[in-house]
Amino acid sequence: MNFKRVVVSGLSALTPLGNDLKTTWDNLVAGHSGIAPITLFDASAYDSRIAGEVKNFDPEAFMPFKQTKRMDRFSQFAVAGAKMLLENAAYQITPDNAEDVGVIMGVGLGGLHTIEVYHEKLLASGPGKISPFMIPMLISNMAPGQVAIFTGAKGPNIITTTACASALHAIGCAWNEILLGRCVSVITGGVEATITPLGVAGFTALKALSTKNNDHPQKASRPFDKERDGFVIGEGAGLLLLESLESAQARGATIYAEIVGYGASCDAYHMTAPHESGEGMARAMRSALKSAGLQPEAIDHINAHATSTFLNDVTETKAIKQLFGSHAPHIKISATKSMTGHLLGAAGGVESVFSALALHEGIIPGTINLDNPDPDCDLDYVSNGSEHRQCQYAMCNSFGFGGTNASVIFKRWEG
Amino acid sequence: MSDVAAKVTKIIVDQLGVNAEDVKPEASFVEDLGADSLDLTELVMAMEEEFDIEIADGDAQKMLKVQDAIDYIKNR
Repeated sequence: MNFKRVVVSGLSALTPLGNDLKTTWDNLVAGHSGIAPITLFDASAYDSRIAGEVKNFDPEAFMPFKQTKRMDRFSQFAVAGAKMLLENAAYQITPDNAEDVGVIMGVGLGGLHTIEVYHEKLLASGPGKISPFMIPMLISNMAPGQVAIFTGAKGPNIITTTACASALHAIGCAWNEILLGRCVSVITGGVEATITPLGVAGFTALKALSTKNNDHPQKASRPFDKERDGFVIGEGAGLLLLESLESAQARGATIYAEIVGYGASCDAYHMTAPHESGEGMARAMRSALKSAGLQPEAIDHINAHATSTFLNDVTETKAIKQLFGSHAPHIKISATKSMTGHLLGAAGGVESVFSALALHEGIIPGTINLDNPDPDCDLDYVSNGSEHRQCQYAMCNSFGFGGTNASVIFKRWEG
Repeated sequence: MSDVAAKVTKIIVDQLGVNAEDVKPEASFVEDLGADSLDLTELVMAMEEEFDIEIADGDAQKMLKVQDAIDYIKNR
């Protein structure tokens, strides 16, 4: 079988750092933080009162008012992100190609906000007062479903729900679809919007969220730092258009990068904690290298999962050292969650956008707030601001509850 | 415009996202105001809440135009 080559021919971002790709990237490269006090609900009684919210999002800029009312925020992000993506890619979905265009997105939790609103209504007014839109609004696959309705994409329409690895698994699945010739292009990446009372209370109960820096929100997300105390919840969308190389070249598309490898694995160990050896994470990375036919020494840059939780950062460091050996200290490792917070199911989407742009722009984003590195986190985390450097291969990692791991490898496109 | 008609118009504007001037008595919910089956269900629920009444499914199915809804509510 003749495998297709797969390239990234479009990018979009709707993040705590900005409501479009350029603003997000410029703020990232400048080392700005998108973390601020929670405004989406009254969080005064919560231990963690900060988040990476998408600020001043106007869904009506992307869809009619009536449609905004029947969509949870995560689906609104998906439609807005997809519209910006197709514009960025200058990609037209027409009756002639619609069946060859898929939408495969990662969503970690789905319509938590909708569940909360209608559960309250159920308790207050009884079962007869539940909107017929409740179920279609809350189900996670309504994100790609709405994207298809708005764009006309009639190919495979799927979500991957693997917690914080959701988007990266979606990108891996999208890569497979094109590589196998089942789709010509796929709108992929991830979306999430779970900065809600239940969402924040639930992650707080897991001791997963940062609680020490409510008064200094921009200091709270500090991957690999000795003083890190948990992740900061974020929301948004990070989407990529993956396309067969031949299709992208035929239409003269801007190619940001090529995707050359994807690996996935499971720790088979614990519901929420990574296996302390890092062996499961390393296996996902190794599998990605193998599918790309690359030696570990080829990787110049890693956009790490780097959540700012105690366990993740030390374990991911261990996994990288285990796999890359003496090459590990030479890899530029970015923890962009230090600026965006943790976008959960959308994280791998946003970070894949950053990985592709890092190769395309020749700029490695830095890691902020790394003031006192944890002695067990002793690699090069690009802690003195972003660096101009032309890398050939970038790896993006995502790890999720359930012990699920994913890794994708991007190659610089030289045209 | 009667009080009922004004309230019904407001519900329709809010639920369907249409302009008040398009909510004419003879306007059809589906053909003129763009409602789908889910919109109709929610519209009926909003009217039940506003006027504190129960509208049976059979009655709801007969409300095809704006005037049908106004007449139904006035006769309750």
